[in-house]
Amino acid sequence: MTGQQQPDANDAGRTPEVATARPATRLGELASGHDSDPAEGREVVFDLDGVTISYSGKPAIRDVNLAVHRNLVTAFIGPSGCGKTTLLRSMNRLNDLIAGASVDGSIRYHGHDLNTSDVDAVEVRRRIGMVFQRPNPFPKSVYDNVAFGLRLHGMKDDLAGRVERALRHAALWDEVKDRLKASALSLSGGQQQRLCIARALAIEPDVILMDEPASALDPISTQAIEDLVETLKTEYTIVIVTHNMQQAARVADVTAFFSVEVGDGGSRCGVLVEMGPTSGLFIRPSDPRTEAYVTGRFG
Amino acid sequence: MSTEMSPNPFTNLDPRSRRRRRWGRLMEGLASLAALLAIAVLVILIASVARRGAPALNVDLFTQVDAPFGQPGGGIENAIVGTVIMTAMATAISVPLGVLIAIFDTEFAPARLAFAIRMTLNVLSGVPTIVIGVFIFGLLVVGHGYSAFAASVALSIIMLPLIARSTEEVLLLVPGTLREGGMALGATRARTVVTVVLPTAFGGIITATIVAVARAAGETAPLLFTTGIFANAVVTDPSHSMASLPLTIFTKSELPDTHDQQVAWAAALVLLVVVLVGSITGRALSLRTRRQIEQTR
Amino acid sequence: MATDLPRQSITLPTRGRPRIGDLGLRGLAGAAAALLVVVMVALVYEVAREAWPSIREFGLGFLISEDWNAVTNKFGALDPMWGTVVTSLVALLIAVPMAVAIGLFLSELAPRALRTPVTLLVELLAAVPSVVLGLWGILVMGPFLGQHVEPFLKDHFGFIPLFSGYPSNQGLLPACLILTIMVVPIVASISRELFLSVPGELKQGAMALGATRWEMVRSVSIPQVSGGLVAATMLGFGRAVGEAIAVTQVIGGTLGIHWSLFEPADTMASRIAAQYAGTATHLQRASLAYLALILLVISLITNIGAQLISVRIQRRMQGSSA
Repeated sequence: MTGQQQPDANDAGRTPEVATARPATRLGELASGHDSDPAEGREVVFDLDGVTISYSGKPAIRDVNLAVHRNLVTAFIGPSGCGKTTLLRSMNRLNDLIAGASVDGSIRYHGHDLNTSDVDAVEVRRRIGMVFQRPNPFPKSVYDNVAFGLRLHGMKDDLAGRVERALRHAALWDEVKDRLKASALSLSGGQQQRLCIARALAIEPDVILMDEPASALDPISTQAIEDLVETLKTEYTIVIVTHNMQQAARVADVTAFFSVEVGDGGSRCGVLVEMGPTSGLFIRPSDPRTEAYVTGRFG
Repeated sequence: MSTEMSPNPFTNLDPRSRRRRRWGRLMEGLASLAALLAIAVLVILIASVARRGAPALNVDLFTQVDAPFGQPGGGIENAIVGTVIMTAMATAISVPLGVLIAIFDTEFAPARLAFAIRMTLNVLSGVPTIVIGVFIFGLLVVGHGYSAFAASVALSIIMLPLIARSTEEVLLLVPGTLREGGMALGATRARTVVTVVLPTAFGGIITATIVAVARAAGETAPLLFTTGIFANAVVTDPSHSMASLPLTIFTKSELPDTHDQQVAWAAALVLLVVVLVGSITGRALSLRTRRQIEQTR
Repeated sequence: MATDLPRQSITLPTRGRPRIGDLGLRGLAGAAAALLVVVMVALVYEVAREAWPSIREFGLGFLISEDWNAVTNKFGALDPMWGTVVTSLVALLIAVPMAVAIGLFLSELAPRALRTPVTLLVELLAAVPSVVLGLWGILVMGPFLGQHVEPFLKDHFGFIPLFSGYPSNQGLLPACLILTIMVVPIVASISRELFLSVPGELKQGAMALGATRWEMVRSVSIPQVSGGLVAATMLGFGRAVGEAIAVTQVIGGTLGIHWSLFEPADTMASRIAAQYAGTATHLQRASLAYLALILLVISLITNIGAQLISVRIQRRMQGSSA
């Protein structure tokens, strides 16, 4: 956990500087490109109601209420330690793998509570795909990486065709079509990350959760990932955690801003401060904490 | 709000998914069963030894020497004394050497040489103990006769890699900052090792020693070559052969007489308790040492 | 040689001239390391020297001769080699899958509170002295096998040569099982550590694609550690081949090659243990030393092989993390 938070902490310190170089107006400019009421008329995919996630009884994020709508990009932003990644990982039951993690409140996916005892977590993860902060391709060939999930789920009819479509979808096909048998580890970091996206797309999930997918990448690869997110939302619902506000302003239709509250005993716990259309949140934040953060005045 | 409740895809799995879950549970069950089986073997083993050995545990067992062939009574005092003396001598030889080798490896040797020595230690620890017996037989027994000294040399060869490798691991755990601290104060490398590194790693060395002693105390094959015949008396002169717990168990286990077998079980119980207590203590201490050293980082 | 090299290793600047203490400790430590090398070399030399009369007499033909006769003074290693191969392979065949499963249980499956105690118990099994295991084998397990298990196997699988022959309390089968008990904890401990070394992000990657825990293990963890498992198996093999005492107690110790697992046999190690003290001829003792030399060579090959594999794995892991 701490290892994953490391880059977050470094970048979080850097990003506001970038933002202050061309202050809120620049973000506003980026954000204003989005629909001012993107959620209108769209189906609710995730409905979080009073969600508190704790590790060994200590809450990491508290009392979150929010909805994620279909075919939109929803961004979770906020300083490091605000629990945004924790929240994301609870949306496909990946927190199950961490000892002592527990979820209170309800996380509903198309109306189905994800945390009842009869829910099959494996099926949850099959339908709700995830892309991680650091590219984590398997030490297998490019082809086998994409075919991995397909083989698991018995989607073996036209395997090669499915692999190709997934790679095209992830805008990687042209770069790897001649070396499908090469090790995935021989690809560049950006290519590896798109391979991980292709791997997730191949099994036709409904939702893709992205945990700071570009934080370990160079600017050009980041651009490629952002472009990809933009095209993927026509078919998928995307939730993206990012510490980079410009990225949120560029790609997200809806943005949720999280912050850290320090309790009496010095305990730190994440809270959702405000959530709304990206255009509104960046141009006219309603909460002073959001305003402080988006204008770079956040400590 | 989405109101239409489609059938819950997360609770109504298709047959293929159900098969996969069942298969997964089966494999996990088998793995758990394997672990259970291993523990069951240990429990059965300990219970067998305890049940058969306990009735023979009495004062005589510890205060009398082995009874002459075919006669009732007798104990394993000579075997206990022999095992203690031989193991102690082996410890006295192998601990200083093992610690020095570990120091050389971690503090002085260049990487390649350190690697070669580590490799040699691993190879030595993999040499069958019976081969070590053959080695010591040719080296120290031929022309000199059986002796407890030869046995301790053989045992020390078995202990040496154990002590050197575990000591090395603890020495490597000692934070570089502590070493540099010593060096920065103008201390020589040797002084730093003696005053800073070794005291920090002391617990680890004790642990390594306990584990190695537990191993050596139960070792039989080398004794067969070095103390194959021994007197039914307490012997303390290391130039003579001595009785030992492992050899007593070994020879009596193959005798048809139930009294002999009874003594073998009792000796096995004593040996098993010593070895298991040593192993548990060693492991508990090792966890503590690691934690302590990690806290100094 | 060995005492010259360390001087190059002074990487930190020492102030002033080297002091006596520094040289003293370095010399002492270097001497200990040199002694280790001397012991290793002397070990090989001495065993070869003891075996030399037999090597000169029988050459490599020793390996394929079934003779073992002190009267005619003809000796060959074939039948104890057969016993060694059968017992070790059967033991590995049972032990390795079990041990890998146990490693998996200890690293992935067991509830967290159980992991440390169960790991400790498995390690204790490895600590049981072989002579105690052998005592239990000859007086408890052997009779049980001879009276219950072997008759059953003979009745139902008697058409397989391995299960033909007459049930008995001593023989290959108890030897195989005793070796299994000795090999399992060794391989299980290594497997556990190997599984713990699999990067969490790879495991999560598989889980996030909807793999069950078993599928994650099968398709990600096991391929990731396969080299290490091979090394662990080699170490287990080395251990099984070299174990003398417990095997001597349960195997029965006879001449000749038998297909049946029920019948008494001999391994190289058990023959050395049983006969070395009471050899009839000089050549017989040399032949036993020849057997010891074969064991030594096998242990060198398996250990060095296992280490080379581990080194390669370490390099690869360092390479991929860079």
